[in-house]
This record gives sequence, C-alpha cells and structure tokens, in this order.
Amino acid sequence: MAAMAPGGASSSEIYKGHAKRLLVPTWLVIGIFLLVPVALMATYSFLTKEFRGGVIWEFSLAAYDQFFLDRGLFGDEPPRIEWTYITIFWRSIWQAGLATLLCLLIGFPTAWFIATREARMRTVWLLIVTVPYWVNLLIRTVSMKFLIRDEGPLNAVLLWSGLIDQPLGLINTNLAVQLGLFYSYLPFMVLPIYAAVERYDFALSEAAADLYAGRWTTLRLVILPVVRPGLIAGCILVFVPSLGAFLAPDLLGGAKSFMIGSLIEEQFKGAAGNWPFGAAAAMILMSIVMVVLLVYARAQTREGRA
Amino acid sequence: MTGTVINIDRVVKRFGTFTALHEVSLDIAENEFFTLLGPSGCGKTTLLRCIAGFEPVSGGQIRLHGEDIAPLPPFKRPVNTVFQHYALFPHMTVLENVMFGLQRLGWSVVDAEGRAKQALELVHLSQFLKRRPGQLSGGQQQRVALARALAPEPKVLLLDEPLSALDLKLRQVVRMELKQIQRETGIAFVFVTHDQEEALTMSDRIAVMSDGHVQQIGAPREIYEAPANRFVADFIGETNLIEVPVLGISDGMAEVSLPGGRALRCPTPLARAVGQGVLSLRPERIDLCPASEADLTVIATDQVYLGTDIQLKAQLAGGQEMTVRLQNAQATRLPERGTEVGLKLEAGAARLLSA
Repeated sequence: MAAMAPGGASSSEIYKGHAKRLLVPTWLVIGIFLLVPVALMATYSFLTKEFRGGVIWEFSLAAYDQFFLDRGLFGDEPPRIEWTYITIFWRSIWQAGLATLLCLLIGFPTAWFIATREARMRTVWLLIVTVPYWVNLLIRTVSMKFLIRDEGPLNAVLLWSGLIDQPLGLINTNLAVQLGLFYSYLPFMVLPIYAAVERYDFALSEAAADLYAGRWTTLRLVILPVVRPGLIAGCILVFVPSLGAFLAPDLLGGAKSFMIGSLIEEQFKGAAGNWPFGAAAAMILMSIVMVVLLVYARAQTREGRA
Repeated sequence: MTGTVINIDRVVKRFGTFTALHEVSLDIAENEFFTLLGPSGCGKTTLLRCIAGFEPVSGGQIRLHGEDIAPLPPFKRPVNTVFQHYALFPHMTVLENVMFGLQRLGWSVVDAEGRAKQALELVHLSQFLKRRPGQLSGGQQQRVALARALAPEPKVLLLDEPLSALDLKLRQVVRMELKQIQRETGIAFVFVTHDQEEALTMSDRIAVMSDGHVQQIGAPREIYEAPANRFVADFIGETNLIEVPVLGISDGMAEVSLPGGRALRCPTPLARAVGQGVLSLRPERIDLCPASEADLTVIATDQVYLGTDIQLKAQLAGGQEMTVRLQNAQATRLPERGTEVGLKLEAGAARLLSA
C-alpha cells in the first residue's frame, strides 16, 4: 500500500533536456480540446447577442446581467435579483445531487457484489452492468419514458398485481428526472467503486472484526473510509454530467423540472437563441463544478499531508 | 500449575469436499508460547482462523476457559490476531489503529489513548503515534500490529506468520522481542509458522501438523530429539531416513540391523516389533571414523561448504544417499570423492520410526 508513490525523481537520463519537446502532444491536446473551447465560451459570454442567433463582436455584460438581475420588462427599473435562473440552477444541483445519492445507494452494493465474486465472474457481471450503455442515451431515455408512463409496463404490472389501484403518475415529475439521470449514469458510479473495492484488502475487515467491531461498525469505520476515493470519484462522475444533462429533464420532466442543461440548450437552438446568455450560463455552471472539484482536491491534499 | 486457556476438542473443518482439519485436539496452557508448525497447506492457519472466528468450524468445540466459543462471531471472542500482512487500517494513524479495539470495547477516548500509548511503548514505537501505517517500515508496521492486538489484553494472542514478511536480520531480532513481550505480558501466544527454526527458538511447546492432523505436540527439544514419526523427523531439521529390518523392541528401545550387518540399539516410540522400520539418523550426530570401528560404510560423493559446517554427501552400498554434517574445524581430514568412509553413530543419532 505504501509503494504507490510515483518514482518521478528517478526518471532516466535519456529523457533529460527533452522534457519540453515530449510534452508537446499533451499541450496540444489540452490546448485544442480544453483551453481554446473554454476561452471561446468565455469570450462569447461577454459579447452582444444578435437576434437571429450568433453574436455581434462588441463587449457587453448583458448576458450576466440578464442572468442575475431583474430590471423590469423594459429594463428601466432599479435592478433586483433575478430568481428565475438561480432557481433553475438550484433545482439542477438538487436534482443532480439526488440522482448522485440514488446512484451511490444502488451503486455501492452493486460494485461490492461484483468485486466479491470470483475473478472469472467479475468480468461477466461488469459486462452485464455496461452492456445497456452501448445503446444511445437518447434511445434509453425515451425507453425510460415509455416504461414509466401511466400506460406503460411498470404501471401495468403494478396495477395487475394489485399493489396500486391507479397509475403512479411518475412522468413529468422530478422523481422521473432523477430516475432518468440515475439510469443514465449508474455505471459511472459502479465502475470507480468497483475498482476501489477490488483493491480493498479483506484482511482489514477481519482485523476490524477481530478488534470487536460488528458488521456496521466495520462498514462505517473501515470499509467506507478505505474505499472513499472510489466513492468520491463515482459521485463526481455522476454529479457533473447530471448537472448539465438535458435529455432526461426534457423527456421525463415537466415544466417544473427545467434544468440548466435545457436552459443552455435552448439558447443555442434555432433562431430564438441567445448565444452570449447560453455561454454565460455555461460559464457559471462550469464555475460551480470547478468549485466542487477544488474543494474535493483540497480535502484530498489535506488528507495526504496528515 | 497453570491451567488450560484454550481447549481444542476434535475440531473438524471442511471446505467443500476438502477436509482441512481432521478432529484436531490440543490444549494451550495459560502463559504459554505455543506454536503451530507445519508445511503450507497443513491446516495450521485454518486452525488459527477457527480460534479467531474467521472460519466457522464444521465440527468439534473450541473452549476458552471452559466455555465453548465456536458459535461466537470473531468480534465477540476475547482473542486478538496479528495478521500475516499486518492488516493495519491505512486511513488511521498508528495511535488510532491501536485505540480501535479498545474503543469498540467501550473504553473512553482518554483511557483508550493511555492504554494504546502503553502498548506502543512496549513495542518501542512511542515516537510514531501520528504517522500513518504507509509511512512506516515493514518492521515498524509489524510492531504496530502487535501493539494493536495486545492493547485489549486478550486472553490469547494469535499470530499468523507475523515474521514472514520481514528480512532475515530483522526477523531474528523480532523473534527475541516477541518472546520477551510474551513473558512480560503473560498472555498465551498461539504462533503459526512454517519456519522450524522460528518454532524451535521461540516456543514453549510446538504442535507439528501435516495434512490436517496433529503429528506431535511437545517441547522443542522433544520434537527434535524424539520425533514421534517419520514426518516429524523429516520436517524438523535434517535427517537421513534409512529402511532397516527390526530385530526386536522392548521398553522403548529397538534392536535393528544396519546396512552392512551391524546391529544397533536405539530409542523408538513404537511399542511392538514390526518387520521393517525407518531409521532416522541426524546428520550432525554422525562422525567419521576408521573402517574397523564403523557402524556404516559409505562412499563419499560430494561436499558442500556451509560456513560453520561442512556437509558431506555419501552413498550407502545399496545406492541410498546420506548426509553427514561435520564441524568446519575438522575439515582438514575430509575424504576425497569416491573413497570409502567409515561412519560412527554417536549417542542419540538414531531413532527407529514406523515405516
């Protein structure tokens, strides 16, 4: 367990003096796929909107102003805080958070189950978990809609079995969106936790039991803390895409389930869009995600130093 | 007179169709350093895990001070384990690791911390309280594991090959320390090892196991000098095993006919005469001698230099290999390869066992 530190300092003399050249591909990838797009988006968010979509190259804070401040219908009233978009953002965070929690509650036992099978069966179980995700996300989300709608098989079975006497009315609710997000991103929770549990040394559980810890105490004080990096990685991998998702809220949610992803999507779709506003919303979303990740990174380094 | 702390009564352990322990029975006394010794797969670790509670027994009883603990889960047994690879909690400091068991037993943080510090002092690790296990060397981790298992003052301490991951020098130091800690604490130690030297140097008593059976239980000297059967003689130390015709047995002494025709009287655990027996000859109790006085005559085939000793390889007339250990000081009169050599069996060299 101790020997996981990379031996960076001892890299071969052969590469000495070539470090910069060898890093070129890395910088190209980061530049083309990360820095340039983010810079473009940041730039667009400070431009003036053009009415048929697109932008006018003129600096403007209008997009951010529109996001945070309400100046009345004609823009001449004293500014008040605009709650519309903040509410959408808050709802998105809430929805994504619940979906993440749902994934964690189902994903951890699933990953634990798979990781504790014999080696041959693990591959099979992992395949079973992943195969549905080879199908396009749109098709899966639409299928979900058909499954849970009032006339769909879920309600049919429940009605037939007598468990309910009228359809659940799941469709167009927040719960439907959470279910959709949960189903969309479950493997992103299962896989990192699986990787962590697979590396877990079960002698630790025996040691805990030997030292008078019952099963729940062992789970709480030993297993969860040791596989924590996997849990956190899974949560980030589910939370971040859930936050920006637009398929599940669009197809499964109603007007009250409108999320950031859909808001941004609308700004770039068709002639009614507002590119700077969409870019600004995307920038704000990215900032939130970055804050979450930074807090996590800080917590990790503090952990490492202790 | 010290009492029995653990009484293992006809314990059976099966894994599917494989039987790992066949009605194993043994008693471990209070204050005793007891070793389970045997080759890998002999069931020694399984027996230890049955005592700890990690493996449910398939039959029999395990009594701790007379009370059957076999049905209890591990966290309800007042025994603690030092694991082979230590199994320290990587996310806790050294101090937290040692406090873990005490806190589960309901000790207050203050009391647990006090006891944990005492335990760490016992293993000379007081300066590393705030370190994580990953920041310690193997030897230090081993000591933390020991302190963690000792802190709750278990009735019995179980040690599963705790020295196997240490290098040779360290192992020798830790052996002596372990023995000393055992004496100081007065806790019964059940120590599992496949290393006979470890077993011989540390134990009060040893149980030699193979194939899920206890072959012999006794003090180190007894095990080495009076092995009960062929397996024990062969497993503990080096020995030459030679098939011989048995002439007679009475009062623990056997009369056998050596290859070459000489008769020899030697001790034996056998009660009745058998047609053929196996003679165990300890190589270090055999010496060179003139042919006229020789018990055995062999042809020298090879020599191996071992530092303090020289190992002489030889062949009996029937073609069977023999090994003789000579002290290095005598090296000057070593026979040439291919020459005939007379061997003298010293007192205690031979023991007759069943074939």
